[in-house]
Amino acid sequence: MQLVVNIAVLAAIYALLACGYVLIYRVSRVMNMAHGELSMLGAYLLFTTASLFAHHPLSAIAAALLLSVVVGVLVYTLLMRRMTGQMVLAAILTTVAIGILLRGMVVLIWSAAQQHPLQALELSNPSLELVGGARISVCAGLIVLATALVYGSLFAFLRFGRWGIRMRAAGQNALLAAQRGINLNAVYALAWSLSTFTGSLAGMLIALDSGLDQSMVVIGLKAFAPALVGGLDSFVGALCGALIVAAAEVFAIHYIDPLLSDVVPFLLLIAMLVVRPWGLFGTREELDRV
Amino acid sequence: MSSQPRASGYFRTDYAQDFALIGTRFKLVSVIVFLLALAIFPFVASPFQLDLATQVFLASIGSLSLMLLTGFAGQISLGHAGLIAAGAFTVGILVREINAPFWITLPAAALVGAALGIVFGLPSLRLRGLYLAVSTLALHFVVIYAGGEYETRRGFSTGIMIDPPTVAGFAITNGRVWYFILLAAVAATLLISINLLRTRTGRAWRAIRAHETVAEALGIGIAAYKLLAFVISSAITALAGALFAYYRGFVSVEAFSLFLTIQYVAMVIAGGMGSLAGALLGAGFVTLFPYGIERVLLLLPEAQRYASVLFAVNYAAFGLVMLLFLMFEPAGLVGIWRRMQNYFLHWPYKHRPVAASRP
Repeated sequence: MQLVVNIAVLAAIYALLACGYVLIYRVSRVMNMAHGELSMLGAYLLFTTASLFAHHPLSAIAAALLLSVVVGVLVYTLLMRRMTGQMVLAAILTTVAIGILLRGMVVLIWSAAQQHPLQALELSNPSLELVGGARISVCAGLIVLATALVYGSLFAFLRFGRWGIRMRAAGQNALLAAQRGINLNAVYALAWSLSTFTGSLAGMLIALDSGLDQSMVVIGLKAFAPALVGGLDSFVGALCGALIVAAAEVFAIHYIDPLLSDVVPFLLLIAMLVVRPWGLFGTREELDRV
Repeated sequence: MSSQPRASGYFRTDYAQDFALIGTRFKLVSVIVFLLALAIFPFVASPFQLDLATQVFLASIGSLSLMLLTGFAGQISLGHAGLIAAGAFTVGILVREINAPFWITLPAAALVGAALGIVFGLPSLRLRGLYLAVSTLALHFVVIYAGGEYETRRGFSTGIMIDPPTVAGFAITNGRVWYFILLAAVAATLLISINLLRTRTGRAWRAIRAHETVAEALGIGIAAYKLLAFVISSAITALAGALFAYYRGFVSVEAFSLFLTIQYVAMVIAGGMGSLAGALLGAGFVTLFPYGIERVLLLLPEAQRYASVLFAVNYAAFGLVMLLFLMFEPAGLVGIWRRMQNYFLHWPYKHRPVAASRP
């Protein structure tokens, strides 16, 4: 029973991070290698706002989320916008460079030591007992809840929202979308801000649950595996991929070797690339975008 | 190679001139002067400067091989650190397990590299661009995991010690000897690369990079040449890793992080895509960059305050410089060099004549 809960929590973390990859890839066909760093930045922003709004945890979280959205828009308008129409490699490397820059900045501003935003917010993280004797911490439960909420609203937004439909159109054919008067820059900026928003949300909740340090980057990188296993342009795929990867990882840790936890997602990723490069639910596209 | 007409009116009139590595007397003189400077350097440099030079040489071998793969064959690889690790670990394991001498371990490392090259290259037959980058990245993690697993299983959790290689009973520990060995290795790699690019293989790679479908229509075996690019590049990279292991005398997975891969990619970018000279320049630039940053930081007031966050400053500055290159100088250091050259070639005019405007 505890295994099921562990899988659910890990799958929720992966799904919440993976939808950031999917959002950006679906709209602009760029893989954002800085996603882990951006979510880490979100968590550190929470750490800062926590000291500003010491007794209002909710307003601290809201302020940090707002700041992270601003960061996402800035990253797009200042950097990624110039990369439109460039080689894929150049765009990917730009995100890599952003990631390195952020990693350095975070250490310079907040130091490399492990931080605990939970204590800064003066909250506690009690462990709850579920049916069947399994235990789950409140923050881990919040992650599952947040993932469900985010995916629900994303589905609704892309299905019915005016801007959601514009985003889908831009993803399907950017040129035609522009011809129809859709503001591509606004759509891309929106995708980047939504992506950093969900990523930062994931980063904050992970940090509340288990402390905050540089290792969050690795979680962000591992979350690319579920996005690709499910199909890089499909949100349903990201959910399924997160479940599959989380299950495989938890079982590997439990039954084989804890050291495997950093490799299992990548092994699954390679297997998927060999068998079905476009993923479980992704659209089969001409993989010719060098 | 790039055969732009020079302002001096140097034209090649027969095939021997076209094949010659060193075309003009000026080039010959400058090569000799450069080699002399390189030969004198270890006798006037401090041990620290000597170590820096050898580091640049090691990086040059790796960046040359990555340049062959990415700059000429057009295949993206984010698994370079994994290949270097593979070469280093081959040496470490062979030395620890069967106490093998270097004339067994070095070819073995090259063989392991070539075999891994096939593994890394297989996805390239089906995948391109982003997907290829991801698959090589994933393989990097698998190789690093295998190395870490070996370390913990055999009880070398802090790393594997490697004795210096011995030739006729003498152990090579002297920094100057290492300098010349690695200089020779870089020169050999450079010559191999230059000549490889002038053969059918090199032309096939460029055709694949320019346009795969057209290359196939021209009768080039895409699959074979792609795999060949991965195999050759990986074998050279693994050799660089093996030399690194011997030079440092110590192998540990911590040294081969994702950051190392990014550094090598940065060398290719900063140097200039599709240029061997760029690979060398980029290797020098990226290797010396952190030391330059350290120097600058120590000049600032309250230098001691920054000592503890030096690596963070390095990261931030490195990311910033990479961004600047990608945004404003995609042609890299070689691009800057060419622009300077052209400035003097066309002086006092600002632009080259339209008819001769070739890239």
